[in-house]
Amino acid sequence: MRLSKRATAAAATCLAVALVASGCGGDKDSGSGGGGNKNVEVFTWWADGGEKAGLDGLVSQFKTDCSQYTFVNGAVAGGAGANAKQVLASRLQQGDPPDTFQAHAGAELTDYIKAGQIEDLSQEYKDWGLTSAFPKGLIDSLTVNGKIYSVPANIHRANVLWSNTKVLQQAGITAAPTSLPEFFTQLDTLKAKGVATPLALGKDWTQQMLFEAVLISDLGVDKFNGLWNGKTDWAGSDVTTGINDYKKVLSYTNKDRDTFDWTDAEKLVMDGKAAYQLMGDWEAADLDAKGFKDYAYAPFPGNADAYQWLADSFVLPKGAKDAEGTKCWLKTLGSAAGQKAFNTKKGSIPARTDAVPTDYPKYQQSAIADWAKDKAVPSCPHGSACSQGWQGAVNSAQGKFSSDGNVAALQTALAAAAKQFAVTS
Amino acid sequence: MSKLRRWGPGLLLLSPSLVVLAIFVYGLIIWTTKLSLSGKHSAIDESKFVGLKNFTDLFTNDINDRFVHSLKNLLIFTVVFMVGTLILGLFWAFLLERGVRAEGIFRSIYLFPMAISFVASGVVWRWLMNSGTGDQAGGINAIFGKLHLGFLESTWWTHPKWGMAAMAMPAIWQLSGYVMALFLAGFRGIPAELREAALVDGASTFQLYRRVLFPQLTPTALSVMIILGHMSMKMFDLIMSVSGAQWITEVPAVYVWQTLLTSDYAKAAAISIVLLLLVAIVIVPYLIYNNRVERSQ
Repeated sequence: MRLSKRATAAAATCLAVALVASGCGGDKDSGSGGGGNKNVEVFTWWADGGEKAGLDGLVSQFKTDCSQYTFVNGAVAGGAGANAKQVLASRLQQGDPPDTFQAHAGAELTDYIKAGQIEDLSQEYKDWGLTSAFPKGLIDSLTVNGKIYSVPANIHRANVLWSNTKVLQQAGITAAPTSLPEFFTQLDTLKAKGVATPLALGKDWTQQMLFEAVLISDLGVDKFNGLWNGKTDWAGSDVTTGINDYKKVLSYTNKDRDTFDWTDAEKLVMDGKAAYQLMGDWEAADLDAKGFKDYAYAPFPGNADAYQWLADSFVLPKGAKDAEGTKCWLKTLGSAAGQKAFNTKKGSIPARTDAVPTDYPKYQQSAIADWAKDKAVPSCPHGSACSQGWQGAVNSAQGKFSSDGNVAALQTALAAAAKQFAVTS
Repeated sequence: MSKLRRWGPGLLLLSPSLVVLAIFVYGLIIWTTKLSLSGKHSAIDESKFVGLKNFTDLFTNDINDRFVHSLKNLLIFTVVFMVGTLILGLFWAFLLERGVRAEGIFRSIYLFPMAISFVASGVVWRWLMNSGTGDQAGGINAIFGKLHLGFLESTWWTHPKWGMAAMAMPAIWQLSGYVMALFLAGFRGIPAELREAALVDGASTFQLYRRVLFPQLTPTALSVMIILGHMSMKMFDLIMSVSGAQWITEVPAVYVWQTLLTSDYAKAAAISIVLLLLVAIVIVPYLIYNNRVERSQ
């Protein structure tokens, strides 16, 4: 009896020790290959579709250019990058960064820069000739306190108005609208012709995209850019005008917009239930993939000289296991061959100005031409204009506005968000 | 020494779970509390002590009163969810208790929804509660349309004021069966002598239930309310799969997640602590009451 009691006590002790030990003894080196450490782990949220195809194209170029290194795919799928950002944040905090990771170029990088988590690449820009290969406007946007921290893989345009040409024809509309008043007239015509939803729209961040396009029309490029660096006042009367115009635009959209993702709104256009949709130019690749041909595109009315850009970029994290391997990846990424391999598949355009337009499908050819002549404007929902905290506050405010239409409340919220998050320099 | 012999092995056997609880529950509660009192609003901010500022900011200085809005949403959801589940569960239990044929089958049918995860049922209900009307209608609205009951079509959870009441429907559907099972067990636990005595005294059926059986169910009802109440306050998965994270349906648990996504650790911790306190207000009195009852027995 006594023996069995002692045995149970011993067993209990063993269990306790085992549990505590397994709790503390985390295995840090799992994943990395060890040995020569020639692996380059590339962390992205490109797990399927055109994004995956673009990544694959880039990888094959990487295999040629940097044959001494092995590509390791660190993609985390889901939530348009939300999941990946969570995983990344915890890895950076634990001091276990991937060799390079994907991040939106521009203001979204400020969090990492302020945290000292990524390295300055200014010297590499000079060595690789990127300073002259990228347009000056882009270089200016990428530069923070005189330093550049990321290499953009591509450029997307956010302020593109997509349309179903058949629906427009039936309503007798032949040309894309060039100003907001003209746009309203067309929307009225469409409504009169029985198109219940002239303009298709989705939830929070797609609403913010539409709102920003209206603001660009009302404020012009320079004042709009000033909203993000403190030079333009969010509480100003011109912003009020913009919100009122946006409210009017909303009245032409589907009432169940808050239940829609951008692809649901796209389907309304494809089914002919809606005539227009504002969306980024990834829609071209998506429409092509879905086999829909009757579409046309134009800059949002009043946005003709503004190229609202966003870019996926890659960085060199502090403490990367093999900085040379990462640099080889970044060099491939910035090279003409790398940008071509990536962008012809993903449906975006190269950030470099020396791209050969004929290598690209029809939409991208026009985008390449616009990118060369238009003024660059950043986008908040896509991270080129504002930080992640700012995006969150703005999304929430747009969600509220979509349900109550309170102009004053939206303006107060946007001004408060700017006050809380803007980095005035 | 002999005392140690008596409770020593028991303590040793319990110690693994005690250690794990101490670290992963109570340790982390303390850590979260500390974080909620700090100024760590981004990944790099110093965590210096700022007192209760994060809490007062939540109530007075949040953009669009977002936190108060999320609490209001939670209140609507909780009230509709609890009342709906209690009424439906009690009604089903009452019907089964009256004695129906094939009671086992009905019991299983009512109980089955509970076996589904909130995420799975949320995806289905997302489709059922499609807010499109007329030509765009889907789900329940489409059924109403087909039955020429178009006036019943609803915007469901996208309604600015009462959307959360619609959000409670899937939860009611899912947990009414569980409440039924609890009440049925409660009915079955009432000694037959009580009924017989009431019948001998000439009580009508209504009187039997009103005066004899329902009062006996009070402890069951209390447990049910505690279980439903704390589930409701922590509601996250159902809302995320029906609407995703957005303003109209935001509750504190979703808000915590959104705040964490933007690396505002101090604010997320503060919301979590408020949530913990809310749940504690419900659960602690129940635990005390339970302890007293057990001791008196």
